[in-house]
Amino acid sequence: MKQLLILLGLLGSLASPALAQARYFTRTGTIRFFSATPFEDIEARNQLVGAVVDVQAGQVAFSVPMKEFKFPKTLMQTHFNESYVESEKYAAATFTGRLVDFDAATLAGAGPQAVQVEGDLTIHGVTRRVRVPGTLERQGNRLLVGARFAVAPADYHIEIPALVREHLAKSVDVTVALTCDPLPLISSLK
Amino acid sequence: MTSTATTRRLALGLAATLLGAAPARAQTDVLQQLNQLTRDSLARSYVPATFKGTRIINGHSIETPGPGSLVFLISHRFGRLNSGAYAFFGLDQATIRLGLEYGLTERLAVGAGRSSLEKTVDGFLKYKLLRQSTGAGAEPVSVTLLATAALTSLRFAPEPARTMASRLTYTYQALIARKLSPELAVQLMPTLLHRYYVERRRDQNNVYALGLAARQKISKRVALTGEYYYLLPGATQDDYRNALALGFDIETGGHVFQLHFTNSQGMIEKFFIPQTQGNFLRGDIYFGFNIARSFQLRAQH
Repeated sequence: MKQLLILLGLLGSLASPALAQARYFTRTGTIRFFSATPFEDIEARNQLVGAVVDVQAGQVAFSVPMKEFKFPKTLMQTHFNESYVESEKYAAATFTGRLVDFDAATLAGAGPQAVQVEGDLTIHGVTRRVRVPGTLERQGNRLLVGARFAVAPADYHIEIPALVREHLAKSVDVTVALTCDPLPLISSLK
Repeated sequence: MTSTATTRRLALGLAATLLGAAPARAQTDVLQQLNQLTRDSLARSYVPATFKGTRIINGHSIETPGPGSLVFLISHRFGRLNSGAYAFFGLDQATIRLGLEYGLTERLAVGAGRSSLEKTVDGFLKYKLLRQSTGAGAEPVSVTLLATAALTSLRFAPEPARTMASRLTYTYQALIARKLSPELAVQLMPTLLHRYYVERRRDQNNVYALGLAARQKISKRVALTGEYYYLLPGATQDDYRNALALGFDIETGGHVFQLHFTNSQGMIEKFFIPQTQGNFLRGDIYFGFNIARSFQLRAQH
């Protein structure tokens, strides 16, 4: 079995050298966002975030299914999907970017390593170039990814009706927490 | 688990030594891989908000209040538009129903209300059997089952005393809906209504009807709605009219306002299905509104 896997691994790497280990992925990452106003605090959580991180090439891609954001209030969830982000039209928010001045060797060090990520963030069909701080940490054979940044709904043409404008923050706090598994070479062969 | 991980690492290590450092590839490559990875795991996802509220106009929609959510529903109908200037075109008159509905779980809801018409109290159970969804194992339609009971508390003075059972009407509905596009949703409502007591020999104890309704959004927060109940052939169809209602929904923050015109005065099944008398085309039209206010009593998660 072991030998077979090694063989397969070798074959796979020969067939597509770019897939050589360095890539991590998840389908069950978490993104939360938090909006605080004097009237109301609103928090939503999404636990089906997909991501691929290539630490060698310094590339990052995220995909966030918008319908999977869970709110404490049913009505908020309905409004969010139907009127604000229009999740039937724009099913996913995506991010593709690169790690700025990143050396994969730093991951060998213990603890989270601070990184800067720059790329295109697409929400509600609107793409903007952003640069956000984050952290990467290798834990065993996994890669932990963290980030915290602010998103202004208005930047992505998300209209908030006048009546509830006071209840939603102009800038929403977004927290990313992913636990990524190594992307096995064999996955491309099976 | 550990052994396969070690094996994998071994394989990777070997591969890396053989090939040297991995060459960098374009971002699209990472994105493509992500798309591949997320496509085959495409989870089932429910279609949100087929209708704005738990009512289309008079009748129920497939929607229930979410888990832990309490909806206070005020339904109001003025008098007939054709009642002339003396009655201020119906605005002098009013019938009202006050109701509360609560989502016990994501699928099950209970509700109760009281109508001024015939001093009627009603209660219902509503269960989301199927939910329209996308992705693996998707359901093409939503089906919600509804059972209601209505009890009139009116004093029937000269008549022989009415027993409790003789004051009861039950309604059973299968609400079948499909959201055809983000803007358009349609619903079909096969209905059985049972009355324990009817006044005349020719009146039916069991009344069958088929309802049809639709909602078309005209902007993000405004939608046109229509609802029609067709009575199946029988004495009720001969003596009464099919219920027709047209209106629009306006959504603002925590409220849903529904404004409408209908030829039925009552706001529960017992009234609008077998007892509609108004002729829509002759102006027997009741103007009315529903206001739904939602309160979250218990967090969803």
